[in-house]
Amino acid sequence: MTGMLDMDIIDISTLTHVASPFATILAALPALPIAGINWHSVLFLLFAGLACGFAIGVVAADNVVRMALYLVFSLGATAGLFFLAGAEFIGAMQLMIYVGGTLVLLVFGVMLTAQAPLVSIKPSSSDRTLTAVAGASLLSLLLTAAFSVDAWRGPGVGVVPAPSATPLGMALVGVRVDEPPVGTPVGGRVGYMLPFEIVSVHLLVVLVGAAYLARAKRRRTPRPIDALASAMPVEPVATVAPTGRSAGGAKSALVGGGR
Amino acid sequence: MMGLVLATVMVSSVASLAPCLATIPLFAVNPFTEPVGVVHYLVVGAVLFTAGIACMTLKRNALGILMGIELVLNGANINFVAFASPYLRAEGAPTLGLDGQVVALFVILLAAAEAAVALAITLNFYNNHATVDVDRADDLKG
Repeated sequence: MTGMLDMDIIDISTLTHVASPFATILAALPALPIAGINWHSVLFLLFAGLACGFAIGVVAADNVVRMALYLVFSLGATAGLFFLAGAEFIGAMQLMIYVGGTLVLLVFGVMLTAQAPLVSIKPSSSDRTLTAVAGASLLSLLLTAAFSVDAWRGPGVGVVPAPSATPLGMALVGVRVDEPPVGTPVGGRVGYMLPFEIVSVHLLVVLVGAAYLARAKRRRTPRPIDALASAMPVEPVATVAPTGRSAGGAKSALVGGGR
Repeated sequence: MMGLVLATVMVSSVASLAPCLATIPLFAVNPFTEPVGVVHYLVVGAVLFTAGIACMTLKRNALGILMGIELVLNGANINFVAFASPYLRAEGAPTLGLDGQVVALFVILLAAAEAAVALAITLNFYNNHATVDVDRADDLKG
């Protein structure tokens, strides 16, 4: 049991020279039963609690800005779980793509659509009850399935995982350099060159499509949101314009200002 | 420093409760003194998946539904990484190995792509209907 984060081999008594107010506290520390604590597991409990708690917070919150904030915390704690499982590259990608990219996108969406009545759309209480019952049933089903396999329950062996970034990068360009798992047929493994290319082209197409969908359009009829804006009592500026345009033309020019 | 001492006291006091907790199947492994197993990660994944499903069914805001989808994908990702990790399994037990991590990476990428497209659709819907309430999206209702 030599975990990567086992810190119980640190001799705290060597630190007692730092400062006299701390010395008494540090001298009292070895009396506490912290010697056998597996800090890897304690950190796991911390990150698991954060991830689950903020995920439930996303469900429970009504304000969409708070939901986005809770989602940031939940995804960040999940990145911590990935680090603890020895998947450090996946954890870094989780932080960079999910927390850094997707959440920025979501927060921009929230800000672009955050009119006052839309910030919190409350579901009805019967919907809440129904969702709670259905969620509890689904959770109990999943937990029963998770606990039904004995091989998944036992304590881990605590093998320090090898760094996975280099084998991951090599596998993505088609070369497997990682240790084959038990029972793998000899020469039976291929890399991930083709899925990598497919995902690359997929991302390119998706970005083009998203830019196409979200672009500002030229339209004949005013959008409802512009109709709302122009329904406000604004003094029409163009009525005194010497161009001879009618008031309706001035209104449509106002409406079309956002294209 | 006092906070550290308090935290240590709290952790150790909870750890002293471990014999009582050992009757619960989740705590058959003492999570304070032994390495965690796959099932602990599976529990976290299940909670995130359930929260995502509840979010998708409960929220009327289109962005809330998007966040539920993110939570569901994230819960699946936790399971992939847990099954890939040799740290969480017994000695010599078969794991997904690197394949699980590669799949998790692809899931993250596809989630980013899905969020971009879904957000563009949501913005388009907002431009056309001046709302993000999905109950108002009934133009195609027969």
